[in-house]
Amino acid sequence: MPDTITLQVTRYRPEAGAPTLQEYQVPFREEWAVLDGLNYIKDQIDGTLSFRWSCRMGICGSCGMTVNGDPALTCGTFLSDYAPGPVRVEPLANFPVIRDLVVEIDDFMRKLPKVKPWLVRDEEPAVADLEFLQTPAELDAYKQFSMCINCMLCYAACPVYAIEPDFLGPAAIALAQRYNLDSRDQGAHQRLDVLATADGVWACTYVGECTNACPKGVDPAGAIQRYKLTAATRTLRSFLLPRAAR
Amino acid sequence: MTTSDARLYRPRASRFWWLHRRSYLLFVLRELSSVFVAWFVVYLLLLVTSVHRGSGSYQRFLEWSGLPWVLVLNIVALAFVLLHAITWFNLAPKAIVVRAAGRQVPPRSVAAAHFTAWALASAVVAWIVLGGL
Repeated sequence: MPDTITLQVTRYRPEAGAPTLQEYQVPFREEWAVLDGLNYIKDQIDGTLSFRWSCRMGICGSCGMTVNGDPALTCGTFLSDYAPGPVRVEPLANFPVIRDLVVEIDDFMRKLPKVKPWLVRDEEPAVADLEFLQTPAELDAYKQFSMCINCMLCYAACPVYAIEPDFLGPAAIALAQRYNLDSRDQGAHQRLDVLATADGVWACTYVGECTNACPKGVDPAGAIQRYKLTAATRTLRSFLLPRAAR
Repeated sequence: MTTSDARLYRPRASRFWWLHRRSYLLFVLRELSSVFVAWFVVYLLLLVTSVHRGSGSYQRFLEWSGLPWVLVLNIVALAFVLLHAITWFNLAPKAIVVRAAGRQVPPRSVAAAHFTAWALASAVVAWIVLGGL
């Protein structure tokens, strides 16, 4: 087993012009994730390297980067998978870069609340009535989509988002479905106006890479295709029965 | 956090992004397949028109269809239409989630039902075309 492995890391300092790749030698250890290598650089070699991270256990969704061309959580991607190296670490694709490996996520933060990713009720119940019981089957209906950690790897994998930045995107739609399919939620008709649009589900041409990139098995591509069927059915119904309530 | 736009680096998408990944290439080929689906519709309309105009016209249509370039075009179109159909039916279980007896029907069964329906419809069409009626 080699002692070290090379990390080729994107450096972008706005004052210094276009991004460049910088090579660092880090200790090669079986149990080290790419994030451990970056933290080693930050602590021992070059304190100016900037990147986001927090939990180190694949739940905060902060450390998404492009590793050897693929979007990945660097805390869950191991150096040993890329031995003998080098390992190329770049910022998450399809997002503007602020510095080094840090991307600007404002676009996603603007889009997410549009789908109302919370339980919407027609009438707010009294505090005493705030318990909503759910059967295991009702939980199963949306549980998969609730695993999303907002890491945005799906946006980095999506060529439609790269070409059409107005596209609502995989995670936002999957999260909309997480609530649409929840038996406690009554907001599906409110989300329809955001989802069933040219920038909503209809922008998706089903490349399917969002699902491959997802580290939590959410299957955003499935959520989108499923909603297309829902949206098409609703449109057809409102065309055939124009007076029926939505 | 908001940063002034001038300081952000916005990488430009390559015009050849679709060559970067096998799945991207397959996706672009599937999009392209729509053109060939449209061609088959035109070809069918030409066939119906020639049949409507009588046997001489139909004979000329058959001769034209036998020209090497029309033959090659139709073989390529068939390949693309098959790609279109297969990827479409594979997509079906993503869009259609069926629950029966309190359980989700396995996605494979949903896809299998679509492929079976496709095979049956093709068999019926083949039977009619090959003189079953």
